[in-house]
Amino acid sequence: MIQLPSFFRGGLVSPFALRRLGVLGMNARNVHYIARYNDRDKYPIVDDKLNTKRQAKRYRIPVPELIAAFETQPSRKRVMDVIEPLEKFVIKPARGSGGKGILVIVGRDGEDYVKPSGNKVTALDIQRHVSNIHSGLYSLGGKPDRVMIEALVDFDPVFDKYSFEGVPDIRVIVFRGFPVMAMLRCSTHDSDGKANLHQGAVGVGVDLATGKASHAVQRGVRVDIHPDTQMPFADLEVPDWRELVKLAASCYEMTGLGYLGCDIVLDRKRGPLLLEANARPGLAIQIANGIGLRTRLEHIEQMDLEQLEKNVEERVAYSMDYFAAKPMT
Amino acid sequence: MSPRAQVYILAALLALMGAGLTIYKNVELGFPLLPGEYRTVWTIEAKVRFTADGGPAKAALTLPREQRNMEVLGETFSSSGYGFNVIREDDEYRAVWAKRQANGVQSLFYQLDVHQTPGAALEQPLDLSTEVVKPLLGAREQEAVRQAIYSLVGTARERSSDTRTFTSELLVALADNRNQDRNLIFGYYKGRSYVDVALLVLAAADIPAHRIRGLYLEDDRRRLDPEDLLEIYDGKRWVVFEPLSASPGVPKNFFIWQRGGKSLLDVEGGRNSGVTFSVISNDVPARDVAMLSTSQEKEALVDFSIYSLPIEQQSIFKLILLVPVGALVVVLLRVFVGLRTSGTFMPVLLAIAFIETQLFTGLAIFVLILILGLWIRFYLSRLNLLLVARIAAVVVTVVILMGAISVVSYKLGIEQALTVTFFPMIILAWTIERMSIVWEEDGPYEVVIQAGGSLLVAVIAWWVMTNRYIEHWTFNFPELLLVLLGFIMIIGNYTGYRVGELARFRQLVR
Repeated sequence: MIQLPSFFRGGLVSPFALRRLGVLGMNARNVHYIARYNDRDKYPIVDDKLNTKRQAKRYRIPVPELIAAFETQPSRKRVMDVIEPLEKFVIKPARGSGGKGILVIVGRDGEDYVKPSGNKVTALDIQRHVSNIHSGLYSLGGKPDRVMIEALVDFDPVFDKYSFEGVPDIRVIVFRGFPVMAMLRCSTHDSDGKANLHQGAVGVGVDLATGKASHAVQRGVRVDIHPDTQMPFADLEVPDWRELVKLAASCYEMTGLGYLGCDIVLDRKRGPLLLEANARPGLAIQIANGIGLRTRLEHIEQMDLEQLEKNVEERVAYSMDYFAAKPMT
Repeated sequence: MSPRAQVYILAALLALMGAGLTIYKNVELGFPLLPGEYRTVWTIEAKVRFTADGGPAKAALTLPREQRNMEVLGETFSSSGYGFNVIREDDEYRAVWAKRQANGVQSLFYQLDVHQTPGAALEQPLDLSTEVVKPLLGAREQEAVRQAIYSLVGTARERSSDTRTFTSELLVALADNRNQDRNLIFGYYKGRSYVDVALLVLAAADIPAHRIRGLYLEDDRRRLDPEDLLEIYDGKRWVVFEPLSASPGVPKNFFIWQRGGKSLLDVEGGRNSGVTFSVISNDVPARDVAMLSTSQEKEALVDFSIYSLPIEQQSIFKLILLVPVGALVVVLLRVFVGLRTSGTFMPVLLAIAFIETQLFTGLAIFVLILILGLWIRFYLSRLNLLLVARIAAVVVTVVILMGAISVVSYKLGIEQALTVTFFPMIILAWTIERMSIVWEEDGPYEVVIQAGGSLLVAVIAWWVMTNRYIEHWTFNFPELLLVLLGFIMIIGNYTGYRVGELARFRQLVR
């Protein structure tokens, strides 16, 4: 949570100021939202990405295509059989968290495989990675894990100008079915192609009403242009925005979790796809948006039953209307 | 009831229970609240000597009864060749040594450890006889003595208002060697002691009285003879007088051995019998005194506790009982500060290792093993091993490293480094593995942050856990764990910001 240099830079602010602005803290998130609205028995749906995929299929929520999944330690031959015909693919652990253990291959170079950064990986490296995933290196508590091989999303080129060496994804926080806040995570050279904010990716707050950028932050400091591509974020607009928000909102029914983070990517042809859902979404989205989350969550907590029983369409309409932000200038 | 209210009620109940037990143990059982408290324990030894006639011998010594201001912590009898037992009859408590054939000078010992509990009042033995046996003063030649006694009694009665003041007056007159009556009486009863005479005069005045035998507790006294006090019945209760100063009350440091009743020592089949006492004082940790005094009463709180375990297990528990304190430190730093560590409670295990190794040795060894381990792990990662096999390889490497560190440092004369064995090896191996993953995924900077955070938490936990007050409280008042539990539950309810978040979200405040 703490980055030492930025931690000392600029000192501390008073907790009262944060409270006044409605900033949600980690403790309040854990006690008031995750513990209260997320039932333990629903966790396996989101904690295991294979389960998420299965459940998404049931609810007709589009997801990246699953090519193969290995339940047991796969033989070298089986893995090779699966990846041999593929140009681009992603290998990930079913129960990994925080993007750990995800290996993205974007092309081939003779016998070797090419990562988005341009680095080459040998077949042996892939073997080892699969074995590590299976042994539970990336899963919580080191439990044996399953290995998924997924088709690489054919990313919509709309974000090409805003992402460097990596893939951008959109995180939407959904509370009791209502989308409350959204951000776009753009990788940078600093973040080594990863969309992880604490590693230096840019967090772009996205206005729920329009899908336009409202605010952007890198390493806790406000930025107006992408540090690598120099593109101004003010021009950024997510296409198919209403579809995307609807997809996020429908994850409420799919997972049954009251407090939820949905990670969505845009496919060139298929539109928004659900990458994964998270029962413990982080709080960096507040920094990306420059706004506290708490006031919005409390607004929905005060709703009566009738309002809470709205369908996806109505909830999205309500949120887009109510949580609209000022556009970025 | 909301979960929050339940937490507060439960926490309050736990805290009350823990605090209550602690106070009970402190006030009633005398467990000291602060470490390093010492109490004076007196060891009193009674030595019975007599010359045996050659036939069967039997010696009976009156033993002290339980007293409220004195706590008997233990007693030992030495009786080589003698049969021994303790009999209780009619409110009396006597040690009896017996032997079929005894010849020459015999020495028998009885030793007891007592602790004075300050402030406790002298218990009233309500069952003592208040019957007065008037002295026989009828013969002609005793006329003068009788006159003198009644004159003393008469004067004292005139100058007093009740039995207590009367006794005071009488004792003052008896101690005054310018008083002719008094001199006459002592002249007649030459062979008798002062207390004997006082008892006689009190009997003549119709006041129930008896002798109290005891000892003044002073350090390093040998061959003491028992001293006597007087106890008189004032119609309602027994009052003790120091006979020479005539002041009421038991003098400080006076240990009552025998109260009224029979003789102190009876010997059959021997001559020249006598009993002498010696006294020494020891300063003993207050906790040991409390332990000794409660172990005899079989106090359930103490009897069904870790104190009933063998010493070896107790010393292990001493360490185990510190773990919750370490956990509390982790909780505090996580919930209120937001420090990131590698493995939630790994710092507690590190802190325990530090307790054994001393802080700086421990830190140095930990960092050394971590660096060497990471280095070896990077090489292993190139060998394409399965994860479990690789970690096992790291475990073996860590063990070899520990051995190497021990041997090399021992040869160099750095004995401190031998304590390396206290580090939990498997935990170290996993830490190395996890750190190397963090290195690969998030870079060396993140490794330094996480290892630094873990070490910082471990050092703080170590610092708290080695605090002598904390050590004292966790071991002697394990019920304080209930208070700690309640406290942790309340912390678990904290929904405010962490210190780290005050920095993290500062951009939002403009």
